[in-house]
Amino acid sequence: MSNDLILRVIAKLLMPYMLVFALYVQFHGDFGPGGGFQAGVIAAAAVVFYAIIFGLPAGRRLVPDRVVEAMLAVGVLLYAGVGLAGLALGGNFLDYFVLDGDPVKGQLRGIFWVEAGVGLTVAGVMLKLFTMFAGRAGADRGADKGGDRG
Amino acid sequence: MKLLAGHYSYWIAILLMVAGLTMLISRRNLLKKLIGLAILQSSVYLVYIAPGKLIGGTAPIIAPGYTLYSNPLPHVLILTAIVVGVATLALGLALVVRIREAYGSIEEDEILALDRAGE
Amino acid sequence: MGALIIYVLLTTMAVTVVAMVLQRNLFSVVVLFGAYSFQMATVLVALDAVDVAMTEAAVGAGVSTVLLLAAMHLAGGIEAKPLHRPWLPLVLALAVGGVLAYGMQGLPAFSDPRAPIHAHVAPRYLAEAAAETGVPNIVTAVLASYRGFDTLGETVVVFTAGVGVIALLRRRRKAAKDAAP
Repeated sequence: MSNDLILRVIAKLLMPYMLVFALYVQFHGDFGPGGGFQAGVIAAAAVVFYAIIFGLPAGRRLVPDRVVEAMLAVGVLLYAGVGLAGLALGGNFLDYFVLDGDPVKGQLRGIFWVEAGVGLTVAGVMLKLFTMFAGRAGADRGADKGGDRG
Repeated sequence: MKLLAGHYSYWIAILLMVAGLTMLISRRNLLKKLIGLAILQSSVYLVYIAPGKLIGGTAPIIAPGYTLYSNPLPHVLILTAIVVGVATLALGLALVVRIREAYGSIEEDEILALDRAGE
Repeated sequence: MGALIIYVLLTTMAVTVVAMVLQRNLFSVVVLFGAYSFQMATVLVALDAVDVAMTEAAVGAGVSTVLLLAAMHLAGGIEAKPLHRPWLPLVLALAVGGVLAYGMQGLPAFSDPRAPIHAHVAPRYLAEAAAETGVPNIVTAVLASYRGFDTLGETVVVFTAGVGVIALLRRRRKAAKDAAP
């Protein structure tokens, strides 16, 4: 598909707007519809769009496998880390009001980091799912069929 | 039998549930089974969210000038349910791909016959 | 009048699903599934569930449809003709539907402000969440703060699904990479 001029140009024009929209949905989830899940899926969709037009190896060069796998884990660790920070600062697990002097500001801070963690994990997982499924199509063209039962 | 407009959303949800259940248990193709499961799950979203709506209300985002809001609690539960549903679907599809590579087919009866012949 | 669009969309959703059950070409089924997800997202907007609609549109019509297309490409696109008529499963499903219809009689009517769902916790969230958390979007406040444990569990579930798919689909790639020069 990378031979089609229109697709190439439109993909390169649209991708930054899609990513900015994903960030907007992530950080304005407090004031309108949105939040971590939607933002993660939109960000992953932007990279999937790029990979569909320019090919899976180009998509893999853009966001390497290691980075995606790191995103998966870092999101969950961030969420649990906010919980443990509440524990360390004197409250219970996942208490936000201890994160700052003013309890409402503590809530805002806790919600911000928690949604960031969720967005990271969801983006990583959606991108990884696409990469795994799409990468499978090329792999078993040459390999033996049905032999690998392990 | 309450067939009136007040219960229409429940009737549609029941129809979707029955259709999803039929696809799940009567079709032999593994992909169709998974799609039936997805439809069954999405019919439950209707059952939860429809009762929360108040006509004349608005989305549960506090804004000046609005007094009546729809109920936010089912939205939270269903948000989680949607994401868990896609996680389940992704794992099921990965299993279907592996089954296809191991058996050469995704029809349930052919797979069972191959298993019985292999014993 | 506001409820009319909900009823129309619900009817078209039912028609789409019945078409999906009867179709045998899997590509058509997957495309109809995408259309069904979009209609579900629109119904959710009409029901004032804007966060849920965004998630359903992104996840159901986006990710689910892409994954189904990828799996269909890898696994084959036509469903075989059923060996015998599916009367028993249909009767079973209709029996389940009948029991559900009987149970549904007791549920409150559409948009009834005295329904139990509007008592207890929900009015408290609506009245006090904006002041306690500083976040106007009540769904985000409840999801991230009041019910934070559930969201932690859900994030772990998504992570587990990603790890599971990696575990299922990774081995063949490595074998192919070792085999190819």
